[in-house]
This record gives sequence, structure tokens and C-alpha cells, in this order.
Amino acid sequence: MSNSSFEYLKKELSPKVRTIGSALFVAGLIVVVLGYMIDPVRSAYNNIVGLTFLISVGVGSLFLLALEYVVGAVWSTPFRRVTEFLAANIYLIPLLAIPLLLNVNTIFHWTHPEPADKTMINKAPYLNVTFFVIRVALFWLIWLCFYYFISRNSVKQDTSHDQSLTKLNIKLSTIFIPLFAITISFAAIDWLMSLSPKWFSTIFGVYYFSGTVLAALAAGTIFIVLLNEKGYFVKGLSSDHYYSLGALLFAFTNFWAYIAFSQYLLIWYANLPEETTWFIVRWQGSWKIISIGLVFVHFLIPYFGLLSQPSKMNPKRLLWMSGWILFAHYYDLYWMTMPNFGKDGVVLGWIEIGFPLLIIGLIMLVFNFKAKSQNLVPISDPKLKRGIDFRL
Amino acid sequence: MISGKILYSYTGIFDTPDQIIHATEKAVESGYTKYDVNTPYPLHGMDKAMKLKPSKLGYVALVFGLSGTLATLLTIWWMSAIDYPIVIGGKPLFSFPAYVPIVFEVTVLSAAIMTVVSMLFFFFKLPNNSHPLHGTEYMKKVSADKYGISIQADDPKFNESSVKKFLESVHATEIIPIYWDEEEVNHKNKILEPKFIMFLIVVAIITSGVTYFSFNKLMYMVPFNWMMDQPKLSAQQQSPIFADGFGMRQPVAGTIARGSMVYQFKGQPDLAGVKLVNPIPISKESLALGQVKFDIYCSPCHGYNADGVSRLRGQFPNPPSLHSDKVRNWSDGRIFAVITEGQNTMPSYSSQLSFDERWAVINYLRALQRALNAKESDVQ
Repeated sequence: MSNSSFEYLKKELSPKVRTIGSALFVAGLIVVVLGYMIDPVRSAYNNIVGLTFLISVGVGSLFLLALEYVVGAVWSTPFRRVTEFLAANIYLIPLLAIPLLLNVNTIFHWTHPEPADKTMINKAPYLNVTFFVIRVALFWLIWLCFYYFISRNSVKQDTSHDQSLTKLNIKLSTIFIPLFAITISFAAIDWLMSLSPKWFSTIFGVYYFSGTVLAALAAGTIFIVLLNEKGYFVKGLSSDHYYSLGALLFAFTNFWAYIAFSQYLLIWYANLPEETTWFIVRWQGSWKIISIGLVFVHFLIPYFGLLSQPSKMNPKRLLWMSGWILFAHYYDLYWMTMPNFGKDGVVLGWIEIGFPLLIIGLIMLVFNFKAKSQNLVPISDPKLKRGIDFRL
Repeated sequence: MISGKILYSYTGIFDTPDQIIHATEKAVESGYTKYDVNTPYPLHGMDKAMKLKPSKLGYVALVFGLSGTLATLLTIWWMSAIDYPIVIGGKPLFSFPAYVPIVFEVTVLSAAIMTVVSMLFFFFKLPNNSHPLHGTEYMKKVSADKYGISIQADDPKFNESSVKKFLESVHATEIIPIYWDEEEVNHKNKILEPKFIMFLIVVAIITSGVTYFSFNKLMYMVPFNWMMDQPKLSAQQQSPIFADGFGMRQPVAGTIARGSMVYQFKGQPDLAGVKLVNPIPISKESLALGQVKFDIYCSPCHGYNADGVSRLRGQFPNPPSLHSDKVRNWSDGRIFAVITEGQNTMPSYSSQLSFDERWAVINYLRALQRALNAKESDVQ
């Protein structure tokens, strides 16, 4: 059919993005600082939820970026920049990690094992503060490094029109994906699983990964739908593009449920005391409501919300479901982290609101900052035209 | 035009996909409803041009998938919680998590199978394997490199001259009328013929008869019954002989079964060493049995020569040599106590070795010991 020639005119983002972003950021910052002054331990646990959420969106987006290059996807090329901008959140990881590293002794019980506790002494070669800090720094450097080069090549292509940069990025992505698999698994073990250091689950890395991809996809979809409906990209992006995004969200919702259930089923069936503690803690008191709620929030509602074809194509419904899935991922991380702090019942108050506000504000500000200096469409990407013409 | 033939449709042939999409849009605009478009491959944008509604096939999958879910859940619930309740692994009788994989599989299976079946028989009308367009020049062209539209004669707006005019107006390169095959027009539904119905009934009777005969009669005839019919009682079978109806019996009070002697010196190995006497005389048979059992159960740790050199050496606390003075000076009964109850890391072998086998192993061990510490008289 007709080869669409595209026109791209860079439009400035509405100043509202900056205003709302900074308002959320400032409000979140005030709540977080107050929280740290009043109840530092509880705030530190919230900090973990916030940090892992930021890693999910940032590093998950970098993974999606690499995935597009490696598999040669064309449909996502017209709005690949959105994923790139979201991946820039990797820069902010230390901002949330450093307060935790300062509080490492209060939240991670493996930092001070009792001499009589043989299990913990045996785990000490891996779970000790020095190695922990080294891992945190190393993983961050790996992510940052790949983000920096992939994003730089992509932006450079806009002006230099050099198609070999795409090939270079494919090579970088091919190296990044196995590294990502290792780093994200160990990051999940370090930040989330080591909160209850005697418990273990071999599927835990995959569990966190499934949520990571979901969060990155959902965050990306929100920006893509909002911007595309207002014409920030090129013309010709249709419901087929939305459908692909929706289908990926739907697929990873199922993948998450599959992994989450696999973890639960094996532990439930074997009924070993050292494994069941994790779920027993989450079945105590009011945590039971949160645990049962997870099935609905993270699986059933997105599943039926995204099941039909129109719900993947309708921008409004897709937008709602993406927002919901992003919330579900935060809920999931909260469910993983907070029972370690409040063992008797659900901990929910004004302190818990601080980090979500702060992070949403940060993501909006980073997006605004990046969108100011860069094109929203990779105008010289060799795959762009095919991406615009993409039909199911 | 050939008289006497019944017109099925007027078809127009086009050279490019853009033309056919344009023609389809125009056909919809002109109000034709009974028409179809044939292209060599699926065309993007054709669904939109034909204003097709989304396929109903998805709902078939949904309905049959959900009925698979429900049917499986009900079946498992009935079987494991109502009809034959057995506690497995300390779990509740109806333990949902264990059933999820099965329920999931059946859901997928029934949705997939029924989607394909309903697609073939309901949407594609499978038993009907003929169509007026089959075997026409038109079909040959549109399945190779042309694109065609066929407007049917039973369309309420159909009118030969106006359809021709319409096809010309959208620049069809060729306009071909399609007629019903005479056979197809005169075709009668053979399924309802009495002969065919009789045939079906006979086939049904024979099939079910053969099945019934082979599963309910043949299987119980000698020699096909594979010794199924035996007078003995199987585990958990009922027995009319006893008043309480139980086939499985408690032993008579104060008795023990043959071959299941009770070991009387539990926790008293030294007492066993004094009181227990080896009842099995040393013989060729006893030594042979002892060697077999020793090689199976003892040699993995103690070694084939009982010197403690074995393939497991170094992986556990080293198993001791059985040629030490201590073991050589032990009485047969003392060694019997170790085999029966175990010692240190060594577990009990009472479930693997019967009393007689234990004595046979001891006889063989004595032979091994003597081989390493032979007396002058043995050589002669």
C-alpha cells in the first residue's frame, strides 16, 4: 500500500508536566523527609519499595529498549524515545539507594548475624555489607553504562543519519540482555529477598523480573497514549500500535501470575518450614487481605480488563489499565517488603504515600527534561517508516 | 447468457489491492450486503472496507474455556472431597492450589479443541464441501495474482444490469457471471435419506455391541482375562467370610507371622552378643547368599573386602574396616545387633535384610575376616 512519508515537527511538552511533576516531587520529598525524622525504620522499608519501583521502571525500560533492537521489532520504533526517556531514571537510582545504604544495619538483619546462628554465618560470604555495596554499585554502573551508550547512539542517529548506529545498538543490546538477566535477579535477591535472609525461593528473580517488565510497559504506555492522542508523535500511529502494547501488557500480566503461582504452589505443596514462613507472615492478621487482594489487583482485574480486543485498542481503556498495572506493581512490591516491618498487621499511613509521590514526580521531571533536548521520535531510524506503516 | 442456468453471482476482477479496496468500499456504499471478496492473501484494511464485525469465534473460546474450568473443578471436587475422600499430605480434602494446573490445562484444551471444531463445522460449514465459485475461471485468477469481488444474486438490491454497471464504474478489468452447477441445484440432502439413517443405526449398534462384548465379556473369558479372576483377596477388598466384612485381617492376638521374628534386644547390643547364637550353619549356600547381600548392602561403605575401602570413602565419616580386632572378637550376635539397629552413622538394615539373611551376611563376613588372617592350618 501507500508508503507514508512522515512529517515530524517537534512540539514542546505542555508546561503542566513540569508543574505537576515538581509539585508531586516537592510534596513527596516533604513527606519522605518528615517520615525519616519521625520513624526512620518504617521509612527505610518504604524506601526499599520506592527504590525497587524505580529500578523496575528504569531498568525495565532499558530491557524493553534492548529487546526492540535484538528482535528487530518495528512497531515500537515510532515511540521508542518514550522508553528511552523512562530508562533515564537509572540515573536516579543512587538518590534512593544511598539513604538505604546508610541505614543498612536497621533493615537488613543479615548485617549483624548472631555468632551461634550457623545458617547466617554460612551465608555471610555473600550477605555482608562490603559485598552488598559493591554489588549495588556494580549493577548500577552496568545499567548506566548500557543506557548511556544505547541512548547516545539513538540520539546521535537523529542528526548523523548513520544507519550503522542501529547495528551498533543491536550489538550492545545483545550483550546487555544476559547481563540484565543476572543483574536484575541478584538485585531482587539483594533488595527484597534478603529482607528475610533465612528464606529462599529459586524463582524469586524471575518473579521480580515479570513485575519489572510490566511496570516499564505500563509506564511507557501511559506516556505513549497521552502524547499520541495529542499528536506529539508522527501521524499514522493507529489502534494496531495500541493493540501491540496492550497485548504485551496482557501477556506479562499472565506471565506474572504464572510465576507467582508457581512460587506459591511449590512452597504450599512441599510445606517445608523454612520455605513457608514467607507466606505465613503474609497470612497473619490483616496482611491476609493484602495477600488475597494481590490476586485481584495484579491478576484478575488486569486480566479481564485487557482480555477483549477493543480494550487493547481503545486509548482510554488502555490508559486506565496501564495506570492500574503500575499501581499493581507498587502494591506487589509493598506486599513483598512491608510485612518484614509490621509483622502483626498492615502498615498503611501517610508515610507510605511519600515515596510514590516522590517517584512519580521524579519520573515526570526526568521525562520533561529529556523531552526538552531530544526529539520524541527517532527521525532517522531505518525502522521508523515500517513502524509507522505497521498494521496487524 | 445460457438459458436454463441459475445465476449465482456477478464477479469483477481487479489488478491491484488498492482497486479492490476501493471497489469494496463502493459496493458497501451502494448498499450491497450479500457479497464476498476473494484475494490471494489477506489484505490489510479489507475488514474495515467490508465493515466486518469482529469474529464471534472469541466468544466460543471463552464459553468453552470457562465450561472446561467449571467441569474440571466440579469433577475434582466430587472425586476427592465427596466420593472418595483421602487425606493427601495433610492437605484439606478440597485443596484448590493443587488443582489449578489441571484446571488450567483442561481450560486451554477444551477452549482450543472446541474453537477449532466450531470454526470448521459452524463457521466454515464443513460437511458442505462445494461452493458455486469452486472450479471457476474467477477462482483460478483470484487465488493466483488477481483480486475479485462477487456480488450474489440473492442480494435484495441485485439487478443484472445495475450490478454490471456498478462493476464497470469501479473499473473491473473483467466481469464474469457465475452459475450454479446443475448438480448442486438439484442436490438433495442425503443425510436424511432412510437408507443413510439405517446405515448409521447399524454402524452404531455394531460398534457399541463390539465394544460392550470386548470390554465386558471377552476380557473375562479364558485366556483373555489375564488372571484377573482370582479367588484370593486383594488389598481393601470385601470378604463375605468374616462377620465384619473386612478382607484385611488383624493377626490373631499373641501370635506373629512366619518370618517376622521380633528382635528382643533393642538397645542392648552387648546382651545380644551374649545371648544370640547363629542358627545358620556355614554352608556353600549360606555363604553364597551372604556374599550377594553383603555386596548389595554392606559393600557401598565397607568395601567388597570389608576393609573400608569403598567408593563412598571420603564423602562421609570413613566407614571402619571390619578386620579390626574389635570386630573379629565380637560374637555373631554382637554383629547381628549392629546390622539390626545400626551404629553411629550406619542406619538399621532390619527392613532390607531378614533374620536369615543377616546371619548369612555374618557367615560371609567371617569368611572374609579369615581370608586376611589365615591360620597355618588353612593352607594345608
